Amino acid sequence: MAAVLESLLREEVSVAAAVRWIARSAQSSEDDPGEAAALRSLRPLRKEFVPFLLNFLREQSSRVLPQGPPTPAKAPGSSAALPGRPGGPSRGGRGARSQLFPPAEPSSAAAAEAPPARRGGRRRGPGPGRERGGRGPGGLEEGVGGESPPWAAGRRRRSSGSPGSPGRARSDPPNLSNLEEFPPVGSLPPGPAGTKPSRRINPTPVSEERSLSKPKTCFTSPPISCVPSSQPSVPDTSPWGHGLPPGCRSLQEEREMLRKERSKHLQQSPTPACPTSESGSPLPSRTGNLTAEAADPARVSSRQRLELIALIYSSCIAENLVPNLFLELFFILQLLTARRMVAAKDSDLEPTPGAPDSLESPLFQSVHDCVFFAVQVLEHQFDKGTLKLLAENERLLCFSPALQGRLKAAYEGSVAKVSLAMPPSAQAVSFQPETDNRANFSSDRAFHTFKKQRDVFFEVLREWEDRHEEPGWDFEKGLGSRIRAMMGQLSAACSHSHFVRLFQKQLLQMCQSPGGTGGTVLGEAPDVLNMLGADKLGRLRRLQERLVAPQSSGGPCPPPTFPGCQGFFRDFILSASSFQFNQHLMDSLSLKIRELNSLALPQPEPSDEDGESDVDWQGERRQFAVVLLSLRLLAKFLGFVAFLPYRGPEPPPTRELQDSILALRSQVPPALDVRALLQQGLRARRAVLTVPWLVEFLSLADHIVPLLDYYRSIFVVLLHLHRSLVLSKESEGEMCFLNKLLLLAVLGWLFQIPTVPEDLFFLEEGQLDAFEVDTVPSEHGLDGMPVVDQHLLYTCCPYIGELRKLLASWVSGSSGRSGGFVRKITPTTTTTGLGAQPPHTTQGLQAQLAQAFFHNQPPSLRRTVEFVAERIGSNCVKHIKATLVADLVHQAESLLREQLVMQGQDGGDPAQLLEILCSQLCPHGAQALTRGREFCQKKSPGAVRALLPEETPAAVLSSAENIAVGLATEKACAWLSANITALIRREVKAAVSRTLRAQGPEPAARGERRGCSRACEHHAPLPSHLISEIKDVLSLAVGPRDPEEGISLDHLEQLLGQLGQTLQCRQFLCPPAEQHLAKCSVDLASLLVADQIPVLGPPAPRGLERGQARRLLHLLLSLWKDGFQVPVPLQLLLSPRNVGLLADTRPREWDLLLFLLRELVEKGLMGRPEIEACLGSLRDAQWPKDFSEELATLFNLFLAEPPMPEPQLRACELVQTNRGTVLAQS
Amino acid sequence: MILTKAQYDEIAQCLVSVPPTRQSLRKLKQTFPSQSQATLLSIFSQEYQKHIKRTHAKHHTSEAIETYYQRYLNGVGRNGSAPVLLELANEIATEVDYAPSLMARIILERFLQDHEETPPSKSVINSMLRDPSQIPDGVLANQVYQCIVNDCCYGPLVDCIKHAIGHEHEVLLRDLLLEKNLSFLDEDQLRAKGYDKTPDFILQVPVAVEGHIIHWIESKASFGDECSHHAYLHDQFWSYWNRFGPGLVIYWYGFIQELDCNRERGILLKACFPTDIVTLCHSIA
Repeated sequence: MAAVLESLLREEVSVAAAVRWIARSAQSSEDDPGEAAALRSLRPLRKEFVPFLLNFLREQSSRVLPQGPPTPAKAPGSSAALPGRPGGPSRGGRGARSQLFPPAEPSSAAAAEAPPARRGGRRRGPGPGRERGGRGPGGLEEGVGGESPPWAAGRRRRSSGSPGSPGRARSDPPNLSNLEEFPPVGSLPPGPAGTKPSRRINPTPVSEERSLSKPKTCFTSPPISCVPSSQPSVPDTSPWGHGLPPGCRSLQEEREMLRKERSKHLQQSPTPACPTSESGSPLPSRTGNLTAEAADPARVSSRQRLELIALIYSSCIAENLVPNLFLELFFILQLLTARRMVAAKDSDLEPTPGAPDSLESPLFQSVHDCVFFAVQVLEHQFDKGTLKLLAENERLLCFSPALQGRLKAAYEGSVAKVSLAMPPSAQAVSFQPETDNRANFSSDRAFHTFKKQRDVFFEVLREWEDRHEEPGWDFEKGLGSRIRAMMGQLSAACSHSHFVRLFQKQLLQMCQSPGGTGGTVLGEAPDVLNMLGADKLGRLRRLQERLVAPQSSGGPCPPPTFPGCQGFFRDFILSASSFQFNQHLMDSLSLKIRELNSLALPQPEPSDEDGESDVDWQGERRQFAVVLLSLRLLAKFLGFVAFLPYRGPEPPPTRELQDSILALRSQVPPALDVRALLQQGLRARRAVLTVPWLVEFLSLADHIVPLLDYYRSIFVVLLHLHRSLVLSKESEGEMCFLNKLLLLAVLGWLFQIPTVPEDLFFLEEGQLDAFEVDTVPSEHGLDGMPVVDQHLLYTCCPYIGELRKLLASWVSGSSGRSGGFVRKITPTTTTTGLGAQPPHTTQGLQAQLAQAFFHNQPPSLRRTVEFVAERIGSNCVKHIKATLVADLVHQAESLLREQLVMQGQDGGDPAQLLEILCSQLCPHGAQALTRGREFCQKKSPGAVRALLPEETPAAVLSSAENIAVGLATEKACAWLSANITALIRREVKAAVSRTLRAQGPEPAARGERRGCSRACEHHAPLPSHLISEIKDVLSLAVGPRDPEEGISLDHLEQLLGQLGQTLQCRQFLCPPAEQHLAKCSVDLASLLVADQIPVLGPPAPRGLERGQARRLLHLLLSLWKDGFQVPVPLQLLLSPRNVGLLADTRPREWDLLLFLLRELVEKGLMGRPEIEACLGSLRDAQWPKDFSEELATLFNLFLAEPPMPEPQLRACELVQTNRGTVLAQS
Repeated sequence: MILTKAQYDEIAQCLVSVPPTRQSLRKLKQTFPSQSQATLLSIFSQEYQKHIKRTHAKHHTSEAIETYYQRYLNGVGRNGSAPVLLELANEIATEVDYAPSLMARIILERFLQDHEETPPSKSVINSMLRDPSQIPDGVLANQVYQCIVNDCCYGPLVDCIKHAIGHEHEVLLRDLLLEKNLSFLDEDQLRAKGYDKTPDFILQVPVAVEGHIIHWIESKASFGDECSHHAYLHDQFWSYWNRFGPGLVIYWYGFIQELDCNRERGILLKACFPTDIVTLCHSIA
């Protein structure tokens, strides 16, 4: 491999040819025959070249960037010894840091187990012979062998170290990729170990959020200062040897060849370039020196060599031959912003005179070299996302004024600012009667159970929100049992689907917000003032933290995480551990993904005025962003749930086990046919929508998934896509720049996911070439439209922000200026014609004509018409419901009432009644279609007219109106003809049960109730007050009472007057209150009749005078007659208890009772027969003998009364005057 | 009438072991002349209910019931027209101290057990308590009636008063909403549409009160103390939030200031109809 580089350096092969050679398997005619010959011999090494180059650069830079944030790399060589060697890390020291570099294993062990069975032998070298050679004897070889294993072991930690032990993982204190914790500002004293070359691959920084992903994944390399000083320093004779994994036979062979070369050089050169020596020697102290070394173009060593390597490196980047574009950019920016060189000896800083072009000497010998290289690459590789910061970097000016000029121009030219204004998400899922009311549940029980579930779910969510940041709080411990209890109640399948809908909606509402973290949840207002006002210190502190420490996305290549609220939903799924729930959730997520993925997103329309199209684009881009973010979220959760049963901390330990798992898994159909969706997406040129969510889905796959044929084919497609997204190509029909960048970023990220095999990216070409995307070039899909903007890019790939952070830290570190700020970039707008529309459902010639009509109209016209048709059609159904169906329901009610009158109150069997009614009414449903047509005819044109621009030609307008009418009618009639009978039936059924229920206890309470007069100002006393007052009177009358207690007559009269007012006003009167008032008034009357009301007055409380009592009774009688609208229980006046009150009085006052009875009859409040019946039943009660006799007398007296009012009154007077005697006489 | 927790505790302190009679209420009003009567009554009622809930079980052991019944029988045996039952319930010396209406229910149930063949159903008991005339024993009927009219915290009359107060305030609130031209759906309309949880009013167009978005308004014609507020939060307010978003609760008789702590999360407390209501402007001038 190095030979390729060497030949490049010796200019035997041109860079262009080399890149062609790398990129394509076939030889190109452009190639010079000499070059071709030189390369042909190296052909088997071709696919190893890029990983080699990347590792080589990392390796080299580790000498220069000891303190800087490490650049991750994921090259296939590193995985060579992955499986089959568990327990590696345990051999390391206990301390977390020492584990980063566990002691070396003997190379023989490595070699013995090395054949990397994992990927089906693809990593194996060409033949055993080569392997032999690679491991050939020799002192140097031992050195190399001794060197590699520690690296390999360190690498292996990723796959086997601390499996599934987040607790331990958390104890790894430094987040190595966190620039806040390990700022590249100033050089830390590296210590003796600082001389040790950095390991490229290292443990993932672990934060709590990542407990899902393997905590040990090695994406980054540590700052050199982390390496314990006790680390044995193995002499390193090869500057790039670290990049060569023990399992990589071909590389080892290569290495040996080089070694021979080198020894030749060594013999020639009097000054040995000794990278070996640096490892052992302590560094010159650099403590305290926080300023960056000034980079000087004049001091660059071996310019030519750097230029060449920069060129080939940037060519690889440009051709997407590197797995992750942004990682490489990050690396370049690290070089650019390198502060100090951790160089060894002064002599190292000088170019090796003997071998200027060889790879023998360190590539980067000084900061100057680094900066030179970085600028060289940047000149080729333009990062548009960080223009300003780059432009502000004075090193650029120094090394390439021209590049800086271009950057400045690009920066100043970028004005577009598209923000992603999302609807506020701080809400719960709202209750929608159409989907949530009783009719949607199988039983009352299911309905009420779900009612409770909803509340429990939000209760749990609120508690999580309050407490998940508390130290020591644990989701499972805090909420697990409650969640499971709740899931346990969701017995019916229908309830599960309801709950899943709620869950999914809430997920989308809470987690869809930009950044995906949903910083404000559940009504927590984002208003800073509110937060401060809430006198919550904790909240203030959190706010402060948020301001001080910008959220780090965890390095340029973080593993998949569930940030913010997503964590709740993940933990909920885990804690619920419900098979049914997961299945329903997968079904629902899949459906929603399909739905959103196939959503017809707006097409751009060619517009004369830019302003207008801009306005349109704002909305359309926003819609795209919302759909894309939703899809990503849903797909992530689908991936999470779908692969949950298979997820484990590490790949299967042995090949046999793996094979048997593969055999099993390959039979399981995928939860969602993502391959088909991907292919559709590519074909329809909607990759920009499909691929990002697919990546989210795949990022949560388990270790086996990429090995399954089904998913493997998906990865192949993705790889091909990645390779094809060359940023520099911008031609007609190409994908837009930012669309490409988004895909490159997400794909690059995916290729770095721990579960994705490292070597997958460097597939043999054969597999890649076999794939051809079958796109229809004439069709313009979403890919060709500038749907992605900078904001969306950063929202989807927050890790890109790491680049910015790196630069920002440079800016703040070097010049003290405020950190840079990346502006939005003008998206490249392509003017494209009207895209082909997905075929509409309508068939026939008319439909074709309509299609043709739209073809030459702006797309907004079509959208408008479709929108109007959709809405009017829907409204039409509602209109029919409110008019025709409502009328039929009224008819049903009156028919039912007739029926009830005819059949008596029972009315017969309700089911039978319903059948009778439906058979009479349902035929009327046929009118619905006619009426529906009328409605659409009437309503659609106006709506279309209102929504289309005024200059729309009349003919176009009327066609549009007609089409809208047609579509709306079609929609409405289709629904109505299918459902009208069922609808009528349902509504009539509801009406029947309503009517039958109303038939119950209090028909008088409803019906025609008089309201208060229009002039009424509702100043009458409140019913509650009156009940309370009357109750007090009753309690006083009944006793016990203090001797001085009593009621004034005025008060009593006033009370009855107030009662009259209240009964007139009725504003605040409800039936129960009126009923109680009625009953209380009867009780009061009884007490009056029995002379039981203690009236205040000089000298002491006493009974009422008869005249006063009568006056009060008269008041009550008129209230009963005219005031009350509820039935007054007057028969209680003759209840044994109330009549019995008289028994206690001495002498007994029968005359008031007689008076009352007569008045009742006279006013028509009670009929004589009714009273007679009451009196009759009174006789049955047990009374004292004398009382029974008096009662009988009263009865006779009442019966004897002639039904003539006037004389009765007089007779009553008579009775009153001769009290007692009258009764005795009769 | 918004009270601090300390003020509330001071009032609650005076309510320990006070029987729920009109005399007690009169004294309470004299002790706290600055507080409104309605607020005091509401607090008293709620505190008394808490007390009853705490002691409920001990009055329902069969031994206790038997003791009460015997004492009742003895009492009315001596004098049927004396307030035997009422005094039994309010007896603090012998640690009975139970709501008269509830005591009446215990004795009535026990009485019916003796006199009916089948154990009385709840609805029969309730009906007799509503209308003691139905009680077959005249003496007991009077005793029960006396208990009910003298009890200011329990019983059918009190229930009715509470219900009426609640209804009146809903009507009041509805009028205020109409007056302010805020369109709403009321509980009945919501129920007709099949909503599973129904606040008093859902605003068809949300408004802002003191900077907080309001989707629904619940009227509570009581004092918001800790106990009742937490129960309401759990059974009603959060449920409304879960379905309709943030809303407003009006405790017409006041509440403990410290309870108004969920404003940020979407539950705003007020003791009256809000004055500064910000509505959505439809026309963009």
